[in-house]
Amino acid sequence: MTAPLLEIDELTVDIADVPVLRGVSLTVAASESVGLVGESGSGKSMTLRAVARLLPEQAVAGGHVRVAGTEVLGLRGDALRTHRRGLGMVFQDPRSAVNPVHSVGSFLLERARDSGADLAAARARAVAVLRRMGIADAERRMAQYPFELSGGLLQRVMIASVLMERPRLLLADEPTTALDVTTQADVLALTEELRRESGTALLLVTHDLDLAAAVCDRIVVMYGGRVLESAPAARLVTDPVHPYTRGLLASRPPLTHRLDEIPVVPGTPLSAADTGDGCPFASRCPVALPVCSQSLPETTTQGATQVRCHRAADVLDGSLDVELPLRQEVR
Amino acid sequence: MTAVAATVASTTGTTVAATARRSRLGPAAWVALGFLSIVVLAAVFAPWVAPHDPNAGDLLNAYAPPSGEHWLGTDGTGRDVASRLVYGARTSLLGPAAVVLLALLLGVPLALLSAWRGGTTAFVITRVLDVLFAIPALLLAILAVATFGVGLRSAAIALAVAYLPYVGRLALTAAETERRLPYVQALEVQGHGAVRINVRHVLRNLAPVLVGQGSVAFAYALIDLAALSFLGLAVQAPQADWGVLVSDRDAILKGHPLGVVAAGTLVVLTVLSLFVLGSRIAGEDRR
Repeated sequence: MTAPLLEIDELTVDIADVPVLRGVSLTVAASESVGLVGESGSGKSMTLRAVARLLPEQAVAGGHVRVAGTEVLGLRGDALRTHRRGLGMVFQDPRSAVNPVHSVGSFLLERARDSGADLAAARARAVAVLRRMGIADAERRMAQYPFELSGGLLQRVMIASVLMERPRLLLADEPTTALDVTTQADVLALTEELRRESGTALLLVTHDLDLAAAVCDRIVVMYGGRVLESAPAARLVTDPVHPYTRGLLASRPPLTHRLDEIPVVPGTPLSAADTGDGCPFASRCPVALPVCSQSLPETTTQGATQVRCHRAADVLDGSLDVELPLRQEVR
Repeated sequence: MTAVAATVASTTGTTVAATARRSRLGPAAWVALGFLSIVVLAAVFAPWVAPHDPNAGDLLNAYAPPSGEHWLGTDGTGRDVASRLVYGARTSLLGPAAVVLLALLLGVPLALLSAWRGGTTAFVITRVLDVLFAIPALLLAILAVATFGVGLRSAAIALAVAYLPYVGRLALTAAETERRLPYVQALEVQGHGAVRINVRHVLRNLAPVLVGQGSVAFAYALIDLAALSFLGLAVQAPQADWGVLVSDRDAILKGHPLGVVAAGTLVVLTVLSLFVLGSRIAGEDRR
């Protein structure tokens, strides 16, 4: 097996002495798409930002982040710029991620203008990519300003601006959360098509498990600043091992029929700062053992699944069933 | 046809946006803009506008009352007051313009640098600005004039330094807000350099605030320079300047205050117009 494109190894981040990430390890191979899922405060966005080196000013990072073998965390100046040029990043809210005073065309040609590349060629490429992103009247859109475009359209422009540079790695932070559901599917499908063609790898941060399962090859589940489970998307959905993953999957309301009661994960999500050395999920876990709140086991590999859980073996051999409490659905 | 229209729109986009902004000025700001335009035009085309040579005296015709020949009469040496007011607009506008441009030229790069680097750099820059706040503008100007000699140049440079903290602090606050916006981070991830991001993107978004603050500072500089000229420290006597004209004590004592009142009125109206226009531009775009 060749070295992965992105390798995050025991990444820790503290902001003003408050831990946010407590040793996150994950890999993304070239052309692979990996979904990073978890609730708010799980540290998924912070992990993504560490790769692009967009951590807040007071943040202190430890561990390793390597992209194609290059250590990213210590980069400065031109080396950092070179690293970032190999990345593409899509933000949650396109409205605030685009400078409002420049036209769409100016935004798309920023990189070409900076590097002194052939502007006419870059313009043609921009128009072509916009068309591929489903924007038919691309030429007219190029002359418009961000405020003249809808959110969905602007996010397509954003994604086009990133993919037209054919980055090795695409970082997407909840790219479709601000869009409505039909636009969401559309934008993602077009992004996937372009991404696969150019062989770009994807690290997608989302709280939407279904979305991650639909788009990604592999899914990494984070909680409390740690990675709890990582598995191929199909396997994670059908055979989740960690009780937290099971809880996440079970608590999605079905679309096909009405439930009177819906299973819930009890308690509220904890952030890394609220948890000790044990499993961050221990206090909410229905099958927790006393040992769970004292230590988090090392990652064990069960088939294609990698999981950190004291009870993984019991779950896998079928001797333990994770039962979630039910809650009356609010009418 | 569409392509042509698109090209036209992309080249004229900024101008169209600027026009749209101006059209939201409101009546007061329009009047202010009109008045300022007249003053600027009069200053630029002074040799054609002014009916007489501003420095040509006619002692036999001293303190002449307003007439068809001399609209605002003549001063104590028989010079045409109206012409002196027109020529006075030149120094009275040029001085403050130099002060504001210099203050912006010093303050804006410092503000951008401070907002971008943060940490120690920001600490040092803000402390230096804080110390400058403590020094009154006129005092600094008088000190500079005493050190480097009397004249408009040393007075203008001293005022620019004194205005630096006001311009700089405002630019700094705006730049810091801008720095944290996602679009700046998006540009960083695109691998663009700090200079490019700041000049092409952050500065463009700061422009309305800077134009607004600049015109207000211009008004203050006009008053301060007029005061310095009144004290005989900036513009020197034979040259026409509103500050010098206001300081014509002899005229008042001898009962011919028309020139003094006219010059004072021009100062007040110009400053007022700048305030109205400046606050309108800054306020309009911040909403």
